[in-house]
Amino acid sequence: MGFVSRGFRGKRRDNVSSSRVPPGQYVVADFPVLSAGPTPHVNIDQWTFSIEGEIDEPKRWTWKELSALPADTVTTDIHCVTKWSKLDTTWKGVSVDTLMEGVDTAADFTTVYSDGGYTTNLTLDDVTGNKAWVVYEFDGQPIEPQHGGPLRFFVPHLYFWKSAKWVRGIRLQKEEHPGFWESNGYHIRGDPWREQRYWGD
Amino acid sequence: MTSHGPLKWQFGTLAEVVQETPRVSSLHLDVPDWQGHLAGQHVDVRLTADDGYQAERSYSIASAPDDPRLALTVERLDDGEVSPYLVGELRVGDRLELRGPIGGFFVWRGDVDTPLLVIGGGSGVVPLMAMLRHRANIKSTVPARLLFSSRTQADIIYRDELSRLGAAGDGLTVFHTLTRERPAGWTGYTRRVDETMLKEVAWPKQDSPAVFICGPTPFVEAASQLLVGMGYEPRSIKTERFGATGGTA
Repeated sequence: MGFVSRGFRGKRRDNVSSSRVPPGQYVVADFPVLSAGPTPHVNIDQWTFSIEGEIDEPKRWTWKELSALPADTVTTDIHCVTKWSKLDTTWKGVSVDTLMEGVDTAADFTTVYSDGGYTTNLTLDDVTGNKAWVVYEFDGQPIEPQHGGPLRFFVPHLYFWKSAKWVRGIRLQKEEHPGFWESNGYHIRGDPWREQRYWGD
Repeated sequence: MTSHGPLKWQFGTLAEVVQETPRVSSLHLDVPDWQGHLAGQHVDVRLTADDGYQAERSYSIASAPDDPRLALTVERLDDGEVSPYLVGELRVGDRLELRGPIGGFFVWRGDVDTPLLVIGGGSGVVPLMAMLRHRANIKSTVPARLLFSSRTQADIIYRDELSRLGAAGDGLTVFHTLTRERPAGWTGYTRRVDETMLKEVAWPKQDSPAVFICGPTPFVEAASQLLVGMGYEPRSIKTERFGATGGTA
């Protein structure tokens, strides 16, 4: 028998199937905000979203153009590396597959970058094939600034630090470049089901 | 950035409990395999029940890097799963499973002359206290200011120690504000952090201090936006947020 914390009972949330909660996580009903710095101010009139880097012709959309693209509504669970999970969250936005339509690239990696300087790295495989979106609505409402509005990246199969808030673009790259948290002790990939929280996990 | 390879789970033994306020206690742990940390980092704590059920949470390290024991300061949340165990059940001699140190961004090494502005709300003061304890340990005279918001006088974590640090004459000034009480004889502020208060406490933007803000999300949001409004470079402001937000979006 392994270590047991003397006297610890824990709170079992029996109405939640444990198969939905990755190791080390607990379910919350509210929506915590975490960020490394102040919420950036965004001027929507000058705002653009880009796909650039290893691409013949960079692609760019204004807010109006992005909003006019075909959108998906996705309901899924999200998992933050700080241990909270939120189940059945609903988001609306444009699939990265839609944004990448017609794009030919030799890149295997991406850096997703945001207003305020935040970056996160993802393999091209992790953001294509119906796995990633750029989202502008949460629960039927425009995403609040502190939750990453007007647009955040959304890649729910990985820890939520990869779902970059205030996203402005995707840079396609031949090499992997660790992003902000990945350079500050956090795992390069961040799969919650393998509990890949920190370097070396 | 301290980089010691994979962060393995290890054990600390509770050596001493110090009650800081009615709901907050500090756990002083002996951790034989501890590899060291920087002020501002945190640990993950893992509890295991006898049927194998586990719960993990993060706690900021309260002790400075050179302190002999690893200290965690924990606020007991009434509806919490882990904090009521740590503050209330865990006894001297018990072992606690933890891993760390975690986080390379919200850290203060004390190796540059930049003035230090730390702003804490409630238990958000914990990582900031590690920074101020480190500053005292290394005998730094870098100008430093703490603005600390608490509910009532009795809720002020580390109150006596902060008085001593602030009276040391080494360039640290401690400012308190209370949001739910106006005690007789109180000389600090008695309201939520606002622009007027920050203009009195914070340096002008030209002094370019390093800024660390920690506490509940609404507190951090308000304080950081006020500083940005005062012309502070957003990238000079590091934030750490925790606790419930109350909102759904």
